[in-house]
Amino acid sequence: MKILTANRLSDGIAVWYADGGWAETVDHADLAHDKAAEDRLEAIGAKAYADNEVVDVNLIDADVVNGIVEPVRLREKIRAAGPTIRNDLGKQAAKQATRAA
Amino acid sequence: MYRYDEFDHDFVQARVAEFSDQVQRRLAGEITEDQFRPLRLMNGVYLQLHAYMLRIAVPYGTLNGKQLRMLGHIARKYDKGYGHFTTRQNIQFNWPALSDIPAILADLASVEMHAIQTSGNCIRNVTADHFAGAAADEVADPRPYAEILRQWSSVHPEFSFLPRKFKIAVTGAERDRAAIQTHDIGLHLKKNAAGELGFAVYIGGGQGRTPMVARKIRDFLPEADLLSYCTAILRVYNLYGRRDNKYKARIKILVHETGVEEITRQVEAEWQELKDAELKLPDADIRAIQAYFAPPALTDRPDGDAAIKLARLDSKSFSDWLDQNVVTHRHPDYAAVTISLKGIGEVPGDASDSQMEAVADIAEKYAFDELRVSHEQNLILPHVARADLKAVHDALVDIGLATANSNLISDIIACPGLDYCALATARSIPIAQEISRRFASLERQREIGELKLKISGCINACGHHHVGHIGILGVEKKGSELYQVTLGGSADENTSVGEIIGRGFSSEEITDAIEQIVETYLGLRLNPQEKFIDAYRRVGPAPFKEALYAGEAKAA
Repeated sequence: MKILTANRLSDGIAVWYADGGWAETVDHADLAHDKAAEDRLEAIGAKAYADNEVVDVNLIDADVVNGIVEPVRLREKIRAAGPTIRNDLGKQAAKQATRAA
Repeated sequence: MYRYDEFDHDFVQARVAEFSDQVQRRLAGEITEDQFRPLRLMNGVYLQLHAYMLRIAVPYGTLNGKQLRMLGHIARKYDKGYGHFTTRQNIQFNWPALSDIPAILADLASVEMHAIQTSGNCIRNVTADHFAGAAADEVADPRPYAEILRQWSSVHPEFSFLPRKFKIAVTGAERDRAAIQTHDIGLHLKKNAAGELGFAVYIGGGQGRTPMVARKIRDFLPEADLLSYCTAILRVYNLYGRRDNKYKARIKILVHETGVEEITRQVEAEWQELKDAELKLPDADIRAIQAYFAPPALTDRPDGDAAIKLARLDSKSFSDWLDQNVVTHRHPDYAAVTISLKGIGEVPGDASDSQMEAVADIAEKYAFDELRVSHEQNLILPHVARADLKAVHDALVDIGLATANSNLISDIIACPGLDYCALATARSIPIAQEISRRFASLERQREIGELKLKISGCINACGHHHVGHIGILGVEKKGSELYQVTLGGSADENTSVGEIIGRGFSSEEITDAIEQIVETYLGLRLNPQEKFIDAYRRVGPAPFKEALYAGEAKAA
């Protein structure tokens, strides 16, 4: 399975294509199960790049674990969570805050 | 230290205005990423895993309290409360929004700082000995020459699109603390028999996927010829350096493929055309730049010895710190202090906004408002009266920056690695943290003695692993992180490239392997004075291989 990821132009923050827009977390990214779906995502990425919404657009491998989308490669896991050495930074920070509250 | 003149101010302000306009046009969609990318890189803006990264130049690692306080301000206002000091004596911020970068650059310009030429295939920040101007063993301060090179190389029209990036380092002492033999050009400032200043010139050093130790091409270059000779080197490189393959584009490859005799001949021939023309440095100009670096007026403070004696009795932690992080100054009543950014288990080179502000206060109060960033990712107070050392120590304790580990195994150089970097193949920082925790005991670290451990998260070698006494290179193998160990590297006046010791280790195994190497060294050293690197050079890799892999050979 593949998902579409990029960094937002204005602030560089990592984003994933989900539900017709760019989400700040990977959790519910749109999944491509076949080549046709991958092509569709790729076309969406190319258009968003051309429209100057995002940069560094990539299709990456992903799995679904307990109903949540997870990237396969360590590099992408770190992009999706934040630095492994600072739980207070990146996407994981918000989750930490929610848990604490 | 150097102060901007009118030209410098205008130049930096003009660049801020130009890049601000480019950012606005990019955000408005008027220019494409392909058009913008080279422009942002020329201004130090990278895109990493989580966000943009801004790399700010700290010329030859020198800054003052006001500048460090501004870096703290930027960390707090525009970033996430911290900055990362790098092996090129610069600082990086990991989370700035592109839309904020014009404001950041304007703030930097207000304290005579910028991010120009911190990326791209141009001449990068010229680095220097972090004890420059203070070291007891120095022939002369190398920074005026680094500043002359900075002025010459800034937006140099001929050298703005080189085959690849180009790094110059200068040292002013026999003991090389600037790692000059790992640079594209390494300059060793020295005196000839007549007492005149000049340089031994090295070229073609570098790390990355093809590590090479620089070759000396001239034993003595008169100081007046600095720019003409560097121009000759750059011209030969610009003309013949490879542009077909970025992995073979550095000058080290050209030197290797051409041969050092032939390339020396080419450089000398080019230099003959240049040496008596407009690039010859007028003596008055050199002295004018030197005047900017005039040392502070160090009044005699003979009360230092008595104060230190008392303070030692009073505090073991002060005594340890004094032994490890304080070095001799050319003035006997003063010392140079290393502020370790390597607290046990912390991220090498990171400092928080409030730490930066507090260190700025300390520098202003006790160190003549002078600070340095070392290529080993620490901060330096170059001029502190020995009588004030206890006060400085106590102020550093208050902000958690008094770890007494300079040059010990936990004083680790580590690149950002896969936690931040888009090029990395494995993480570096967590490995550094785990090793630091394993060797947390300062008593144990001191027993081990000087040991330079350096970690890179990919073959580009930003963490200098090739020249670590112990080097660790993180790679990705079959989807996992694997750590390869090299031994015997060093980056001083006896520079050497480490040798790969054997198969790599998983992230779970690597700290044990490092401990095994250290224990092996402790078992074979002739005496506690024989440093790790000296013992390794005496015995070679065999005992270490035996310790790490003998069990496997038998099992197989």
